[in-house]
Amino acid sequence: MAEVRIPTILRTYTGGERVVPATGATVAEVIDELETNHTGIKERILENDEVRRFVNIYVNDEDIRFTGGLATSVADASTVVILPAVAGGAA
Amino acid sequence: MRFDSLVDSVGQTPLVGLPTLSPSPDVRLWAKLEDQNPTGSIKDRAALAMIEQAEATGRLRPGDTILEPTSGNTGISLAMVARQRGYQLVCVMPENTSVERRQLLGMWGAEIIDSPAAGGSNEAVRVAKAVAAEHPDWVMLYQYGNPANADAHYRGTGPEVLADLPEVTHFVAGLGTTGTLMGVGRFFREHKPQVRIVAAEPRYGELVYGLRNLEEGFVPELYDESLIDARFSVGPRDAVRRVRELIDSEGIFAGISTGAIVHAALAQAAKCVEAGERADICFIVCDGGWKYLSTGAYEGTLDEAEDALEGQLWA
Repeated sequence: MAEVRIPTILRTYTGGERVVPATGATVAEVIDELETNHTGIKERILENDEVRRFVNIYVNDEDIRFTGGLATSVADASTVVILPAVAGGAA
Repeated sequence: MRFDSLVDSVGQTPLVGLPTLSPSPDVRLWAKLEDQNPTGSIKDRAALAMIEQAEATGRLRPGDTILEPTSGNTGISLAMVARQRGYQLVCVMPENTSVERRQLLGMWGAEIIDSPAAGGSNEAVRVAKAVAAEHPDWVMLYQYGNPANADAHYRGTGPEVLADLPEVTHFVAGLGTTGTLMGVGRFFREHKPQVRIVAAEPRYGELVYGLRNLEEGFVPELYDESLIDARFSVGPRDAVRRVRELIDSEGIFAGISTGAIVHAALAQAAKCVEAGERADICFIVCDGGWKYLSTGAYEGTLDEAEDALEGQLWA
């Protein structure tokens, strides 16, 4: 079971919950389980089976775009964070 | 070392070993002290490069007004250069940035336009673009999309690291405008492609991500994913913990964003130890802690510091 942190903008799908549980061996499976429990959320995160341009997904703080994308494995007790891409850093 | 003027002294910063923080003699950490630039941050490199490039192309002429969205540090660097070269500077800055950065901008003669706290730097970029449309005679250098920003690191930071540490295996820096990582990343892809490029990205409180819709998200125009090999998201608690560890173990007093970078560097170091690989990991100390003393990050417990940073643009 992984813990998935939902950004403010997508909490309309989770009844306002900030953190929801989901099982799955990969990020893709975790997102499918999210969709099962919170219909409509998947298409806000993915487009044509890829992570949307302005969405970032992290498994245990690592951006999945550099760890195998949606095939990135999700170990038990992992934390999956979904966040909108924003301008950051000490710019 | 002698220089003709202050701006001539930008760059050529020291690289120091970290014997206590390094996990083993085979996995070593090195800090590049960018806080030793003239205004105390790595942003001096980009600011100087962007201004000189704009002067060279005739886009910037004597007496012009420069406009820039900034969380403060690039603004301070631009203000220092602008002051000496006779330009006015207007900075668009999120209102949830530390008071020290505002005071410093004032000292160097810059004018500040506030952008709303909610939305953080995204909002500063949006407001600056609107102000630019109202003032077509102002010159927006636009650090998020100006190739001169990355070029400063391609020509300066990257070659300096390779000269001082030919055995370098990893380079770790913060991801904001992406200029440092894009410039150094491109340099190493061309000159020592086995060097892994690691990004540390600050993870802020919810206020900063509270967009009305996902299409308002922002990826800097400079960003090229192919120049990076790993990207860590680091929250304020880990950043503050590492800032304190850096002072305790090595005596280096750094800003909070550097704490996030140290966290990513140590995560990378732990992976190398586990894999039994030799590594020389160079990371950037972006600036000193002076400008962030008022944020609450440098006193009290970690819980108190984390609470104090909620809602602030701490990096």
